[in-house]
Amino acid sequence: MQFRDHRVVGGIIELAARYRDEGADELVFYDITASPEGRSVDRSWIRRVAGVLDIPFCVAGGIRSVADAESVLNAGADKVSINSPALERPALITELARRFGSQCVVVGIDSRVEDGEYRVYQFTGDPDRTRASGLGTLEWVDRVQELGAGEIVLNCMNQDGVRRGYDLAQLAAVRARCRVPLIASGGAGAPEHFADVFTTARVDGALAASVFHSATIRIPALKAYLRDRGIEVRP
Amino acid sequence: MSQVAIVDGGGANIASLMFALERLGHEGVLTTDAGVIRAAPRVILPGVGAARAAMERLAAHGLDRLLPTLTQPVLGICLGLQLLFEGSEEDDARCLGIIPGTVRRLEASPDRPVPHMGWNQLTVTRPVPLLAGIASGTHMYFVHSYAADVGAATVATTDYGRPFTAVLAHRNFQACQFHPERSGPAGARVLANFLAT
Repeated sequence: MQFRDHRVVGGIIELAARYRDEGADELVFYDITASPEGRSVDRSWIRRVAGVLDIPFCVAGGIRSVADAESVLNAGADKVSINSPALERPALITELARRFGSQCVVVGIDSRVEDGEYRVYQFTGDPDRTRASGLGTLEWVDRVQELGAGEIVLNCMNQDGVRRGYDLAQLAAVRARCRVPLIASGGAGAPEHFADVFTTARVDGALAASVFHSATIRIPALKAYLRDRGIEVRP
Repeated sequence: MSQVAIVDGGGANIASLMFALERLGHEGVLTTDAGVIRAAPRVILPGVGAARAAMERLAAHGLDRLLPTLTQPVLGICLGLQLLFEGSEEDDARCLGIIPGTVRRLEASPDRPVPHMGWNQLTVTRPVPLLAGIASGTHMYFVHSYAADVGAATVATTDYGRPFTAVLAHRNFQACQFHPERSGPAGARVLANFLAT
């Protein structure tokens, strides 16, 4: 399990300010143990991070109701991302889209290849509670769009944390049936992985955590690299 | 520190705008009170959500009649830009009618998902104080499914399947389709320009 042994990477506010100054195009704040622990993301953290950010800010972690989402948005998030709670109760996607608009509603999908098929996993923030949801990834991608998702973040678990590149085949398969923005997640380890995922899988965004936290890849250098390869990026 | 009245159209995520004003040394006051809005030196009409719901909320407080009569600088943001027009295709909403024209839905295509969500470039078509220091090619952050056609009030455009109004200026009313509070230093500059008018 690539999610084991989460590392504390330093002050969240300092990290957020660093990414803001380095030219990150969006910040996603995942409280990944919130759902398995049956709680929801800490509002005071959201408020403090939002206070320093001038880029889009998406928050995930145990958001189970319209009221949960409303308080997260009121604390300064621009979008909410739901994963396990959407699997437990898919109607939540529609409720959130009706209240806040689909542009506010991101659905995160943790997917892994199992016997040659893409399968959705749940509670991936806790290795001991992680379990197969019983859903195929492609059918879930179709379903969440029908329900009102405005964006999909596909986290390819076989790749996650191993830094060998995004799962291009899986992302391309999802791209083919995804009409809303698709964000790639899991596997980024080198600048060429970002170039590959934009050109091969035609995703709208690429998400990474560990390589940025550890400064293995710096965002300004990554953007210069992508620009040199003809991929449009914000300077 | 001067106060900016932020018209409460019912959108949930006003906090990011409040924080942005704070960073620029201004205080945003979220309100539906006609007296507060009329007396404010500057007014911001924000809004994420649906046009009809926002108009119903404004009408409930008599603001659908008040807003067109304002004479101080007014800045519409995102849905706030769209509400300045006569109407929107979104739920066939009747809007404030300050600027002629109807807001139309963006057309999705396989490589162009709707909502349009992300960073996109401006083309400045008329230099106005609101765009001081903002050159064509500057990236701003957009989140929308509807857009206003390019017209007499347009001062900057963006292309997403078709060119649309990214920034407009019409009398004391100015507006941007993108979110300046979430568009990095360039967005902060637009807000600072508005606060300096």
